[in-house]
Amino acid sequence: MINFVLRRLASAVPTVFLVITISFFLMRFAPGGPFDLERPLPPETMENIMKTYQLDQPLWKQYIHYLANAVQGDFGPSFIYKDNTVAQLIAQALPYSVQIGATALSIALIGGVILGTTAALRQNGIIDIALMSVSTVGITVPTFVMGPVLTLIFALMLGWLPAGGWGDGSIRQLALPITVLALPQIAIIARLTRGSMIEALHTDHIRTAKAYGLPSRVVVITHALRGAMLPVVSYLAPAAAALLTGSAVVESIFTIPGIGRFFVLGALNRDYPLVMATVVIVAVFVIVFNLLVDIAYGLLDPRVRHD
Amino acid sequence: MADNMNTTETTVLTVKDLKVNFTTPDGEVNAVKGVNFDVRKGETLAIVGESGSGKSQTMMAIMGLLAKNGRVSGSARYGSAEMIGASPKALNDVRGSKITMIFQEPMTSLDPLYTVGKQISEPLIHHRGMGKAQARARVLELLKLVGIPEPERRIDSYPHELSGGQRQRVMIAMALANEPDLLIADEPTTALDVTIQAQILDLLADLQKRFGMAIVLITHDLGVVKHVADRVVVMRRGEVVEQGTRDDIFERPTADYTKMLLAAEPSGSKAPPADNAPVILEGRNVVVDFQIGTGMFFKSHRTFRAVDGINITLRQGQTIGVVGESGSGKSTLGRALLRLLDSDGRYSFASNDISHLDRKGMRPYRRQMQLVFQDPYGSLSPRQTVGEIITEGLYVHEPNLTKAERDARAVEALKEVGLDPGARNRYPHEFSGGQRQRIAIARSMILKPKVVILDEPTSALDRSVQRQVIELLRDLQQKHDLSYVFISHDLSVIKAISDHVVVMKNGKIVEQGPTDDIFDRPAQDYTKTLIAAAFTH
Amino acid sequence: MTDISTTNTNKVEGRSLGQLAWLRFRRNKAAMGGMFMLLLIALFSFGGPFLVSHKYDEVFPSYVSVPPSLKPLPETSTLQDVADATAKRARLKLESFDVAKGTFTAKVSASSPIDPRTVRYFDRVNEFKDTQVKETAPDQLSMVLTGRVAQEYFPFGTDSNGRDLLVRVMLGGQISIAVGLAASLVSLGIGVVYGATSGYLGGRIDNVMMRVVEILYSLPFVFLVVVMVVFFGRSIVLIFVVIGAVQWLEMARIVRGQTLSLKRREFVGAAQALGLTDWQIIRRHIIPNTIGPVIVFVTVVVPHVILTESFLSFLGLGVQAPLASWGTLISEGAANMQNAPWLLIFPATFFVITLFSLNFVGDGLRDALDPKDR
Repeated sequence: MINFVLRRLASAVPTVFLVITISFFLMRFAPGGPFDLERPLPPETMENIMKTYQLDQPLWKQYIHYLANAVQGDFGPSFIYKDNTVAQLIAQALPYSVQIGATALSIALIGGVILGTTAALRQNGIIDIALMSVSTVGITVPTFVMGPVLTLIFALMLGWLPAGGWGDGSIRQLALPITVLALPQIAIIARLTRGSMIEALHTDHIRTAKAYGLPSRVVVITHALRGAMLPVVSYLAPAAAALLTGSAVVESIFTIPGIGRFFVLGALNRDYPLVMATVVIVAVFVIVFNLLVDIAYGLLDPRVRHD
Repeated sequence: MADNMNTTETTVLTVKDLKVNFTTPDGEVNAVKGVNFDVRKGETLAIVGESGSGKSQTMMAIMGLLAKNGRVSGSARYGSAEMIGASPKALNDVRGSKITMIFQEPMTSLDPLYTVGKQISEPLIHHRGMGKAQARARVLELLKLVGIPEPERRIDSYPHELSGGQRQRVMIAMALANEPDLLIADEPTTALDVTIQAQILDLLADLQKRFGMAIVLITHDLGVVKHVADRVVVMRRGEVVEQGTRDDIFERPTADYTKMLLAAEPSGSKAPPADNAPVILEGRNVVVDFQIGTGMFFKSHRTFRAVDGINITLRQGQTIGVVGESGSGKSTLGRALLRLLDSDGRYSFASNDISHLDRKGMRPYRRQMQLVFQDPYGSLSPRQTVGEIITEGLYVHEPNLTKAERDARAVEALKEVGLDPGARNRYPHEFSGGQRQRIAIARSMILKPKVVILDEPTSALDRSVQRQVIELLRDLQQKHDLSYVFISHDLSVIKAISDHVVVMKNGKIVEQGPTDDIFDRPAQDYTKTLIAAAFTH
Repeated sequence: MTDISTTNTNKVEGRSLGQLAWLRFRRNKAAMGGMFMLLLIALFSFGGPFLVSHKYDEVFPSYVSVPPSLKPLPETSTLQDVADATAKRARLKLESFDVAKGTFTAKVSASSPIDPRTVRYFDRVNEFKDTQVKETAPDQLSMVLTGRVAQEYFPFGTDSNGRDLLVRVMLGGQISIAVGLAASLVSLGIGVVYGATSGYLGGRIDNVMMRVVEILYSLPFVFLVVVMVVFFGRSIVLIFVVIGAVQWLEMARIVRGQTLSLKRREFVGAAQALGLTDWQIIRRHIIPNTIGPVIVFVTVVVPHVILTESFLSFLGLGVQAPLASWGTLISEGAANMQNAPWLLIFPATFFVITLFSLNFVGDGLRDALDPKDR
């Protein structure tokens, strides 16, 4: 098991390295620079700035420099938030994103599994059809439509909930962004659970369990649900990585100070270090969650052995 | 077993006018159309029928295990309890304790996520209220009873860690756990190799003697029925055609269908070709290695030797039967002889050395060396018409034919295999398994080959259809002076069609010789076991 | 026996799997409904602009943020004020103003002789057109003007720049649908070729090709799209290419998986035994048999692409004004939802209906093509 984890972490190193390399050069080969303002700066000022940020050096030197620093956890200064290092910015913003992301994910997981199982047990019944129609809404309506529409209804028209901002970080304050983040995930997880649950209920070993007169509670929970959870667990890796690293859309609609907005802000302003750091963070989250999911998979399914 | 019948006449299960319907998108399907029979205490009742006869659905319906679109009516009484229409709760008092069941697929019938020990103990815990420790002790006892080696270790194994035969033994242990009055065995040996089949049947018979439960054996295999049954119910298209004692059915069948089934056992034999018949295909020292797993940048060094130095000589007009259990390398040998996979050894076809030809070099020979597969569903492309399928080889080997000429050849080939030429405009999914196998044979025959390798061509077919396909192959052989390599695990088919038999195990030849010698005077123990397992019934 | 008898049925013409799938699809009411809706929306988006006289970038300064209404604008009651204001701008005094049957009559006066060219002031507002001088007083100090009241319909209202939302929703539909189809074709092209090659060749080439896909997968891709769009400019073509290039990964995986399993199917083995070349096998056996899953996946890709484009537009990275996609319209609507909710409601409704319909059509196709049903 430990061997497996170490091996996986080792194989993640080249992946992160490649991600950094591709992003670095892709960004640098693109036209435009961070300080190309509408009114050009005087040449000497420009030169000074370039020197400060080491942008005057050959690209390969910058690249090696960046790699060397990044290994030590130094992601450089931000170009737009001039007084902060990128590491500071991320450290400030990440907890906000993680907090609403994790809440949304937990709600989605619990809600999705319960709804999906309920629907599967009453396949093609009224509850099933109703749940699946609602979940179609959850899946098809994108966050950038759901966000404004829910705000319009619950904040502006009914006035029940605040329209945005972090405020005191209370549940009421964050209810709307968390809901908007969670809804599509609930829908997806419910559908996944329903599908795999229906499949599980049709397997031969469920037939065996029924043929041996086991109570339906045991049949459903012990035998069907555990197998049906496997695809859901696989889905959780990308979902968790995406949710915890912040959503640019939700954070901009509800003015949440998370790292989702850095994606767009950094890219728009060609803040190279900020962009690189967000890319690395996302890649690391993806790798870590894939690993966690693989471990969970091994625990759930004895056929998958990590040795 | 037969003497059990005389001791008591009490019935365990009485089935009256049982009907099963399925609602499908294409309409109502009447799978079982009013079936009557009863099962007496301690007897073995065989329900025999070909696929689609409703034999399994009858028992599934009684156990309340029908698919959701199935509906059942009629009556099935266990003692005083009516099973049809009973609530799941009432059913659960009977299922798994008084009546238990084992299934065809030992691979999938056990939950892959739990140890076999836990699964066997579940019926004990739920029906007898045993504690965990008590249940575990009983499970160990049961595992010993069904002959699982090292039960103390195996009790904590997961199903995927056991072989097919062991899994079926685990299923039997589970079925016996609560000492039932009736055990329903649904094709319990169909998915197993012959030698394992015989062991499982012997185990069931032995356990029946010790515990005295009744067994309902659902099977398509008359050999098995003859061996173990006290009474027989013959089913066809959802109806009981005939029922009676084993001797009645086998010695004095009344229904035509039963007679046909009995006659459908492969029969006949083949005379060897003349001694001076030319050698048409020869393989010397054939070796096939498979790589296990593929490395990213480095070639994997772990290999598995599927065929290990085999010599085989096929003469014109000869049929060599290659027999072996699953994993013996018999199919791989067939493909190696056709040069369809990488292999070592020397090969010659009609005295031409074909050992070193690449794909292009082999192409002219392809039309003379053809292959017919086991699965008539998988070997026809679902998106081509039958006409396109059977004329495909003509594109390669006779590219100058006009469309009309090709069509004429297709008509001719379909007629030859006994199909309506109108079939050429239709698609494979519109045909039955036997018809599809005829189409696959037509595809080979249209090229007028000299050698045909037949890889289990009859194994996926019902016995009566099997017989027809064998007749067809015989006719074609005589008409065109064909040479066959007939690969099969089914000794009765091999015996009927080949004049020379090769017995394979673990990639090597165990024994080979003229058919009569092999079957009447086998020299090797393995051959003896195989034949004993296949023909004791 | 049973084996031969069924062959002699009367119909000789067989039904291909495609025909069967179509029959099954037609029975699926939700899917047929979805397809009908999609056709309507496509017709609305591409045919609609020919029926409406307004241009998507035509600005009506008099009708900024007008709520949706089926009544023509201007309303008669407001015309008096408009005429007053217009006269004032022309330094005239409005003596009387009447509207009848779509024409207006205004009597204006001034302290100095009126230049007939002042009528242009009236034509300049959106409400009046074809203004003419009907009578001129001999002293030229007063005049009677007539002209038509320009009636404009804004069933969806107008945006904060005074553009007709109806036409803009049509335009948005054109762009969203075009992006959806074009980018899906890009991904289809790359994905099928890449996946089939990788899967059919197999071995080490397959390993390397799939490793490349894996690495590309681990890049945070929506974000890379953002980076590329920002850095390489924002032409529509680039958006097509970029989104398509992101989507091909999944397509390649699906096609490769299909190819791998097809390669193991016995009919491919049979084709090899017949002596067909690799290319003949790919063309005659592999590609026709991947079509089902590929079609199904395309119905997933199209809405996904539309979503991605809208997402980019929402972030301000998509098509640029005065062009619009549903994404940009929704983004504008979200910004103005407090005082002009229709700006959000109309584009969002069309967008959601389209996604829904695609979803139903996709589900219908999946059910119709599902090999389990064969």
